[in-house]
Amino acid sequence: MNPPAPPSTAPLLEMRGIVKSFPGVKALRSVSLALHAGEVLALLGENGAGKSTLMKVLGGALRADAGTIHIAGDEIHFHSPHDSRAAGVAVIYQEFNLVPGLTACENIFLGQERSRFGFVARKQERERATALFKRLGVPIDLDAPCRRLTTAQQQLVEIAKALAFEARIMVMDEPSAALTSHEVERLFAIIRDLKQHGIGIIYISHRLDEIFTIADRVMVLRDGANVGEQPIGQLTRQAMIEMMVGRELKDEFPKRSAKVGPARLEVSGLRSGQAVRDVSFSVHAGEILALTGLIGSGRTETVRLIFGADARERGQIRLDGRLLALRSPQDAIAEGIGLLTEDRKLQGLVLSHSVRENFGLPNLTWLSRRGFVQLGRERERFGHYVATLQIKVPHHEQRARLLSGGNQQKVVLAKWLARNCEVLIFDEPTRGIDVGAKYEIYLFMNELAAQGKAIIMISSEMPEVLGMADRVLVMHDGRVTGEITDVTRATQEQLMQLAVA
Amino acid sequence: MNATLRHYFTDYGMIFVLILLCAFFSAVTYSEQSPTGEAAAKQLASELRKQPGKGGRVLIAVRSQADDAVFARKLEAELSAAGLVVSGVVSGEPKDAREALQKLAATGAKLEAIACNQATASWLVFSDLKADFPTLGNPRIVKPRSYQWPNFLKSENLLNIANQIAVIAIVAIGMTMVIITAGIDLSVGSLLALAAVLAARGIRDYAGALEATPFGMTLACAAAVVLCGLVGAFSGGMITLAGIPPFIVTLAMMLVASGLAYILSQGQSIYQIPDSFVWLGRGADFLGIPNAVLLMLVLYALAQVLMSRMKLGRYLYAVGGNREAARLSGVPVQRVLMFAYIASGSLAGLGGVIMASQLKSGSPTYGNMYELYVIAAVVVGGTSLSGGEGKMLGTLIGAFTIAVIQNGMNLTNVESYTQKVVLGLVILAAVLLDQLRHRRWGGGTANP
Repeated sequence: MNPPAPPSTAPLLEMRGIVKSFPGVKALRSVSLALHAGEVLALLGENGAGKSTLMKVLGGALRADAGTIHIAGDEIHFHSPHDSRAAGVAVIYQEFNLVPGLTACENIFLGQERSRFGFVARKQERERATALFKRLGVPIDLDAPCRRLTTAQQQLVEIAKALAFEARIMVMDEPSAALTSHEVERLFAIIRDLKQHGIGIIYISHRLDEIFTIADRVMVLRDGANVGEQPIGQLTRQAMIEMMVGRELKDEFPKRSAKVGPARLEVSGLRSGQAVRDVSFSVHAGEILALTGLIGSGRTETVRLIFGADARERGQIRLDGRLLALRSPQDAIAEGIGLLTEDRKLQGLVLSHSVRENFGLPNLTWLSRRGFVQLGRERERFGHYVATLQIKVPHHEQRARLLSGGNQQKVVLAKWLARNCEVLIFDEPTRGIDVGAKYEIYLFMNELAAQGKAIIMISSEMPEVLGMADRVLVMHDGRVTGEITDVTRATQEQLMQLAVA
Repeated sequence: MNATLRHYFTDYGMIFVLILLCAFFSAVTYSEQSPTGEAAAKQLASELRKQPGKGGRVLIAVRSQADDAVFARKLEAELSAAGLVVSGVVSGEPKDAREALQKLAATGAKLEAIACNQATASWLVFSDLKADFPTLGNPRIVKPRSYQWPNFLKSENLLNIANQIAVIAIVAIGMTMVIITAGIDLSVGSLLALAAVLAARGIRDYAGALEATPFGMTLACAAAVVLCGLVGAFSGGMITLAGIPPFIVTLAMMLVASGLAYILSQGQSIYQIPDSFVWLGRGADFLGIPNAVLLMLVLYALAQVLMSRMKLGRYLYAVGGNREAARLSGVPVQRVLMFAYIASGSLAGLGGVIMASQLKSGSPTYGNMYELYVIAAVVVGGTSLSGGEGKMLGTLIGAFTIAVIQNGMNLTNVESYTQKVVLGLVILAAVLLDQLRHRRWGGGTANP
């Protein structure tokens, strides 16, 4: 293995030969990792490669079957998250560990309350919290319950929480996934400041651009094993992707020749409260229309209105010229509109149910006769999509919860493909999904467009928008503020301009 | 272990607990048994056919009880058919037997045997026949042979358990559906009372009281069930349309329904009901299985098919598993929830009608605390209170587990206050065991 980039004495953190098995899966096969003080180590790998498991072992949430963890040279045994925290490890998971009803301040000191005679020393806590947020360079309302903070603010609370117990090692799992590019910039500034203070950071992300910006060293996992480790300067984007997927990828976005036909879905004067104010647009046959803008610009709200998920105050929706009276998702689905939601776990899947049952849910109307589900036909159809979408499931009764993000998204895709929708809306279709699965999902989007369907794609990732869309609509503050028809010549800066305008 | 078997274990593991309980109560109630009724009669008849045989004269002595009467009637018929002479049937007390013997002795006829059951065989009057009634010859005292068998496993007791639990088990079908949708229905106990009162009042006031026809009684019962279904629909409406939590809505309806039951019955028990009304609750037309138990089994079979094979069943699970994901997949969430609450209300109503039939009266005090027993049956059966998971047959097993524990304690003479304590602890233990088993064999919990 190459010597790590910033030379120093004993590494701040060393994990050696970590092995972890789950029933039927070997998640980690002897993985080793070293992290030095003041270093940002990017941990890369497809979903299911073992990154999250490794981090859960480090965070004390899981116990390794074999292997050792050394912090500053001393071997340490973690039996619980508490031990790991005591050793100075802070893991900021993708789904934050905040109590929604408690304030920022209360969350920061949760489990480590400063108290005197059993009474919480609130004043002292407030002072400390104020100091922490000052150091992070952002003002946050200490008295607002966390559920009212934005995602970016909640993340800052998590970081402040880590700083409050003087963590020396910070793990950030997909910290930028739900942030706007503006907020990502600020996050990077904070990370650089943490580096200055000698904190070692493990940074997990699927966004390669970010890794080039912030990481010092890259470590790649594949199928639960180390496949490579390089200082950032010696790596190209292409090389990183190849290491992750284990094969050559020609391009991140598949090419296709769009044959845009007549307008299929036409929306006019859509309105709902402050979130969506007078939105009109149309999507044509064979077209992929990207809907972009900052988070909170009304993109998701707009498509939810089209799908009948929320009640619209005004506006007309036409499909192939016919006015639709949509009052519920059920109506929209019956008309041939499908929505792949932004949040798979909360809105896309019933996690505790089998993948087959999830697949069947929107399709039972045609997969059942006289109220009885035709189980054989359902299995056969699902089997077909497992094969064509290459969904990796051990059996059809596997619970959706146990799949990786990419495979979960494929199950969601399968359920809508089986419905044979005429209009498909993809809300952040590749969020939290590894490069390989991303590419496959792009291919299917292209194929659907080629079949003459109308596709709407919401995305916050500029390269994805520019790489996939035939036309881009930019939203800001509930309105469409810009349209780019010549996508090949558009730039990310141009998009950004429209989004903040 | 292969996957199917493992699923079976995790889904129906509670059945092993039930079997263990049955084994335990069988062991502790193992005791001497003497056959009664028809079984005893058949046994004695075959013995008397051999000795004294055809032409032999036999006196039958029983007490004046229903069971003894069955025994005597059957034995008499069997003996006559076999060509023996039944010289008389004594049905009463030892002094009646003495009179009968004296009468027989006076006629000078001989007597070969006296057929008794366990109780009458030990009557003193039969202890020294040779001295007391020398003219009779020396009649043999014949009684059914006793044997060793657990009281718990006697068929009457098992049917008794089934009959006792039928009402709770039927109501638990609806409750399982509601809990699978991540809801709760606290109103079922009160609806039980309301239905019983409604059915009884319907029969008394509109169907002709004691002269009511089967058609009139059926109509009264159907009206009671439909009305409870409407109460369920009201709860469902408040939950889906007004968005009030199920706990609150059904708690309110529990009070409303209970109050209505008291108002409608003026706080009294209504018993002006014809005897034929007990057919539903106490009758047993098919293979000796009580009608209520039969109805329960049919309903469980239907509910099991609904939950496992039908679209609606799948929707019930999906709504409980993730309501938003279900809605966005085109599931008519509100209609599905309405169905669950209407089903729960109607089945509670049916339970009330059966209870009225079993007790041949309708009283507003019926069903007190039943909602808790019903919920316990569902939970012991492995249905998760957080929704989305559970099995209909699991609930049936859960209901039987509770019934077996209660029955077993009755048989072993555990005091009723103690029974409550034990029942509570056993429910807790059963659910704990279920959780442990899920963790061992369910798989995948290590990496949620």
